[in-house]
Amino acid sequence: MSGRELVELTLAEARRRLAAREISARQLVEAHLEAMARHRALNAFVTETPDRALEMAAESDRRLAAGEARPLEGIPLAVKDLFCTADVRTTAGSRILHDFVPPYESTVTRRLWEAGAVLLGKTNLDEFAMGSANVTSWFGPVVNPWTPPGEEPGRVPGGSSGGSAAAVAARLCLGATGTDTGGSIRQPAAFCGIVGLKPTYGRCSRWGIVAFASSLDQAGPMARTVEDCAILLETMAGYDPRDSTSADVPVEPWSRRLDAGIRGLRVGVPREYRIDGMPEAVERLWAAGADWLRARGAEVVEISLPHTPYALPTYYIVAPAEASSNLARYDGMRFGLRVEGRDLTETYMKTRGEGFGREVRRRILIGTYALSAGYYDAYYLKAQKVRRKIADDFRAAFETVDAVLTPAAPGAAFRIGERMDDPVAMYLNDVFTVPASLAGLPAIAVPAGLDGEGLPLGLQVIGRPWDETTVLRVAHALEEAADFRARPPRLVEDGA
Amino acid sequence: MSWVIEGETGAWELVCGLEIHAQVISKAKLFSGASTEFGAEPNTRVSPVDAGMPGMLPVLNMFCVEQAVRTGLGLRARINLFSVFERKNYFYPDLPNGYQISQYAHPIVGRGSVTIELSDGTTKEIGITRLHLEMDAGKSIHDRLPDATLIDLNRSGVALMEIVTEPDIRAPEEAVAFMRKLRAILRYLGTCDGNMEEGSLRCDANVSVRRVGSAELGTRTEIKNVNSMRFIARAIEYEARRQVEILESGGVVEQETRLFDDRRGVTRSMRTKEEAHDYRYFPDPDLLPLELDPAFVERIRASLPELPDEKKARFVREYGLSAYDAGVLVAEREVADWFEAAARGRDAKKVANWIITELFGALNRAGLDIGRCPIRPQQLGRLLDLVEEGKLSGRLAKDVFAVMFETGRDPDAIVEERGLVQVTDAAALEPIVERVVAENPRQVETYRKNPKVIGWFVGQVMKATRGKANPQLVQELLRKHLERA
Repeated sequence: MSGRELVELTLAEARRRLAAREISARQLVEAHLEAMARHRALNAFVTETPDRALEMAAESDRRLAAGEARPLEGIPLAVKDLFCTADVRTTAGSRILHDFVPPYESTVTRRLWEAGAVLLGKTNLDEFAMGSANVTSWFGPVVNPWTPPGEEPGRVPGGSSGGSAAAVAARLCLGATGTDTGGSIRQPAAFCGIVGLKPTYGRCSRWGIVAFASSLDQAGPMARTVEDCAILLETMAGYDPRDSTSADVPVEPWSRRLDAGIRGLRVGVPREYRIDGMPEAVERLWAAGADWLRARGAEVVEISLPHTPYALPTYYIVAPAEASSNLARYDGMRFGLRVEGRDLTETYMKTRGEGFGREVRRRILIGTYALSAGYYDAYYLKAQKVRRKIADDFRAAFETVDAVLTPAAPGAAFRIGERMDDPVAMYLNDVFTVPASLAGLPAIAVPAGLDGEGLPLGLQVIGRPWDETTVLRVAHALEEAADFRARPPRLVEDGA
Repeated sequence: MSWVIEGETGAWELVCGLEIHAQVISKAKLFSGASTEFGAEPNTRVSPVDAGMPGMLPVLNMFCVEQAVRTGLGLRARINLFSVFERKNYFYPDLPNGYQISQYAHPIVGRGSVTIELSDGTTKEIGITRLHLEMDAGKSIHDRLPDATLIDLNRSGVALMEIVTEPDIRAPEEAVAFMRKLRAILRYLGTCDGNMEEGSLRCDANVSVRRVGSAELGTRTEIKNVNSMRFIARAIEYEARRQVEILESGGVVEQETRLFDDRRGVTRSMRTKEEAHDYRYFPDPDLLPLELDPAFVERIRASLPELPDEKKARFVREYGLSAYDAGVLVAEREVADWFEAAARGRDAKKVANWIITELFGALNRAGLDIGRCPIRPQQLGRLLDLVEEGKLSGRLAKDVFAVMFETGRDPDAIVEERGLVQVTDAAALEPIVERVVAENPRQVETYRKNPKVIGWFVGQVMKATRGKANPQLVQELLRKHLERA
């Protein structure tokens, strides 16, 4: 197989061929390293680790030859640059951490390497995962590999896991890790025409992941098929005593349960997700999704999640409040950027003023305000109460349905530079993904069609806590029905 | 007891509450596995969690929780089965995360009380408002380099118990008595070593004054850094008098934080209310609320040691000690244990006397505490047995005690080796008595006028026998010979 064919394999297929020794890990890794080199214009990677990748591939080939293959032996992956990787620079997309090399490995990535996966590099992201377009990174914006015909490349990949989404879509890796706080896996997955799963809060350890909003942050897989996501989750998930919010629930063989079908399942379509100004293509796709599920034996019913309109404002209190505290540690005292001032206060101000970008500073200020004396009750406490109501809505809904079907995002990828002067318009990107985040529920984005311009659109499936099985199964049914075979029509290499 | 400040315009009363930070005895820190060892090289007892590294998460050390519950039970306090860790946000270089994990709205321990004993023999209850767990910050070292502050993070993350009292204290002496009692309880429980010099027990005092008879509270100031038993009373008294002076001259006390300057014996302003931090407390999303099983609390309750109050009552009841002696002996658990080991099967009052006068004196002079006492309790008991059996005079016993303290050897061995056994044989003493009387005719004359001079003769005989003679027998024999002479 040629390198260009190798990168087209799904993770599951590559695994089968590696096990059958039809291809070697080295070939597979080299093919991806070459693809990465061809597509640097996408700016998907902050740091490439070719030497480490080849070393890991050599070990994988040794194990494959010795019959000691581990579950992800030789599978080349990209890692969002929010996961701390031992001895590999971890920047969180921020100037303040531009040269930070952690001495420890995050639990999720450690599990991946221990399962034989190969690190290709660290992917670009919105600074500290704060953004929906991957335009806030200190390392510059990521370019979506999808471009409408006749247009110069320059669509956003979504965010904050934009580098991971772009890398998966452009065939620079077989899969990637992402993190999702309010939609940071699902929305970029939808914008880039790939699958992205945010597991139940507590499913994957947060240990070693640079924190944005601790009560919402959750790691998850991004890949080109539902099956590939399921395979990755089987390794990424699991109880970690070093994360007090990690749950001790069994990891299931999700990838082997996808084919069970959805006959008899009840799927809810929430009426509150029909928002003003939603593009017709999105609405049509949503209706098509419901039809596909019905055709496969599911019962689709309308449900109500009455507190949905409050989800976004609630999120933009809770997440910045936690972020304002989580990011206090970047003070120039022990690691990362330090800009000297005349005294301590000025050193703090210069370090943080120059180290953080605009969006991060904005959220720190919002969060600090929401937690301040005299405002705490009106904002933070109120937001926590609404958050509970939103979770209660889902709980009530899941008494009658097994899953919820919604669009993944209110539209397709827009151009880099758009919506930059209007944070609220930017925040609206997450309107469909934020409620499940606030409720801690598993949710997946599946590519399901193209809009009029030829850009991908995704559907979202939300499930009960810990019921990734149903989420993946419904997603798999959608994937089969949608038969989404479109590829980025014009990868940057062609236009360059 | 009443303690008032007589001002120009009348009498003023002190209203004072304390906030104590007690370092929890635990091998590991509150939220990380790093060691809590004191005195290690700077920044060598620091895990990535303690240094606030990106992506690091706290994991609650359940032993520290157990220690807090144990302390709460020792303070006769309510244990809250539901408590919450919150973040107290502020920037300082020795606070790596930019927040301290503490408890705020829901502390692990609620209301309790401590009984204190005062110098006039009365007792008083001091209410405990709450006890909560929190992590310590690191240490800023400002005086090592001329143009920089150094940070040592060894202490960062060490578990502290913050204990807050009700404003029940009405005299500086009460504050000292409370701290001594609290220290004793903590040490009995094994939850804090109470070492104020090393900073494992620190005290801040909230002080206000009001006119005697008034039920209203005055504006209070918080005095920081009252870090020795000696300074507690001085700092509180100074601050109370300062406030009275302000009020009497028509001024108002400003609500502020003040620092006690132990060299000058004064308090000075540290920051005013306007400069106070807004700590933006909120529940730490990295930690779940702490929910305790009632059985966990009961297990700890069942393992509590006998505490000072109970022990003191028992010493009075079982050993017939005075309340004062019992109080002295129970102040330290090790002393109380030492006493009981020595007193078993003996005259406990005598044992208590020996410990309080001789042993404490010797320990003080040697600068030792009971834990490093060279004499074992059984050895002291044996020494007292020798006196009881008439084998040693009181004076000899003190000499033997001194040798025991120096060498740690058994009293029997010392007595035997030095031939110190008391001479109780009249036949052996007669010749010496006779000689002393014969050699001192002028003293014999004096004796005739003043029989008290017999004491001088006893001294001479004791000297001649190097203290080994039984003094009662010597006196008897002397009287006989002096009458005859």
